[in-house]
Amino acid sequence: MSHKVVVTGLGATTPIGGDVPTTWANALKGVSGIKKLEDSWVEEYQLPVYIAGRVAQDPLESGRLSKVEAKRQDPSGQLALVAAREAWADAGFSGENAEESEGVDPLRTAVSFGTGIGGVWTLLDAWDTLREKGPRRVLPMTVPMLMPNSCAAAVSMALNARAAAQTVVSACASSTEALDLGLELIRSGKADIVIAGGAEAAIHPMPLAAFAKMQALSSRNDDPQAASRPYDVNRDGFVMGEGAAALILESEEHAKARGAKIYAELAGTGVSADSYHITAPDPQALGATRALKEALEDGDIDPTTVVHVNAHATSTPVGDIPESLALHQTFGEHTKNIAVSATKSMTGHLLGGAGALEAILTVKAIEERKAPCTINLDQQDEQIDLDVVTDARELPSGEIVAMSNSFGFGGHNAVVAFRSYES
Amino acid sequence: MANKEEILEGLAEIVNEETGVETADVQLDKSFTEDLDIDSISMMTIVVNAEEKFGVTIPDEEVKNLKTVGDAVNFIENAS
Repeated sequence: MSHKVVVTGLGATTPIGGDVPTTWANALKGVSGIKKLEDSWVEEYQLPVYIAGRVAQDPLESGRLSKVEAKRQDPSGQLALVAAREAWADAGFSGENAEESEGVDPLRTAVSFGTGIGGVWTLLDAWDTLREKGPRRVLPMTVPMLMPNSCAAAVSMALNARAAAQTVVSACASSTEALDLGLELIRSGKADIVIAGGAEAAIHPMPLAAFAKMQALSSRNDDPQAASRPYDVNRDGFVMGEGAAALILESEEHAKARGAKIYAELAGTGVSADSYHITAPDPQALGATRALKEALEDGDIDPTTVVHVNAHATSTPVGDIPESLALHQTFGEHTKNIAVSATKSMTGHLLGGAGALEAILTVKAIEERKAPCTINLDQQDEQIDLDVVTDARELPSGEIVAMSNSFGFGGHNAVVAFRSYES
Repeated sequence: MANKEEILEGLAEIVNEETGVETADVQLDKSFTEDLDIDSISMMTIVVNAEEKFGVTIPDEEVKNLKTVGDAVNFIENAS
């Protein structure tokens, strides 16, 4: 039999908050986490783009990471641990990890984590060390810190998740696809609990230079907080963010048996691939539409119950348009009834962490019946025919569904659909 | 050139930073693996940092002979 999957814990460290309560409060207020970078390398390399969304809280100040752990993790792994531990604590387990928690079997606890780039700081620091000081100075922890599965491994080690520790790498769709995998791990009966999420820490001069060169980044350096402006006519690219987000997915029966608080049901997921262009979205949005329809079908969802979508909407001139088309192709007339939020306007783009963060904001939107803000929307692009939420807005009562979309370089499309849960 | 005491102090700082072991516990007679619970990858990290700090070279094949903190202190003292 297939198991129903529910969300019982949330954790995040983002450019607008060191935890979920702060991040959510700021997402309702419309706070921007984008700032001018003051690092010496901005000047040194004359970077064309020097704005980004750094995490609002140093992971060492979260109280969820020791100094020794931090030394053994790439910044992305540090953020992953902070988010995963918050989610674990939020889920109300009796101990700090699976082994110490009553009614939790480590052998039936899994991790499904995504990252877009992996340990890029570690990789490039080690390369600098090799060139400047030679091979004897390259640290022995370099490989385990830079490998893209390091976040999944770190979370598995910290929480004793022994059923599986899997990594999904599909650029900016990574952590939404990690939720898709997490859902399957529980539905199939392999795990009772999955810590699912994603992390990214790539605000380093090399990725900044490379993304800038492909004209993907906003160059609104003189006005950082206005730079990420999805759907606005004057959008000129995305703004890099960093951070991590994690959700505790649990089979309904397991969650009920331990009397857990249930935020929402992860009702369905959809994934597809464009096979169209390595970076550009398909202008007909065929793949995105298929992923949306698949998520509805997978969750046995009546499309008219969908009241909110947290859009991928990165603020690039070409990227924001096909998603609108995909929503129309999926929902038809009902599209106008859907409150669409583009939260990257506040957080910037967390790449491999984006999907999990936006999934959390979607779950919170259902829980509190409020759609979060889209800031900087001064003049909506006419090609985007969506009801965009500028100021946080009430969502209807009763059974509702809210969805989150993620699309990644490589033509990856991933959609998750959450349904309100009545116990 | 550093004396034994200074080397011990510097080494204890490195060990503490890498592993969280208290500096006071890093004593000459302590075994890295048995007493301080330091695994081989942490040991290599400590060696890299000690080379940097004391300006010495500790050959990889020598590391296995550094069983105690005292072994390491002596090696560094003789090499510097």
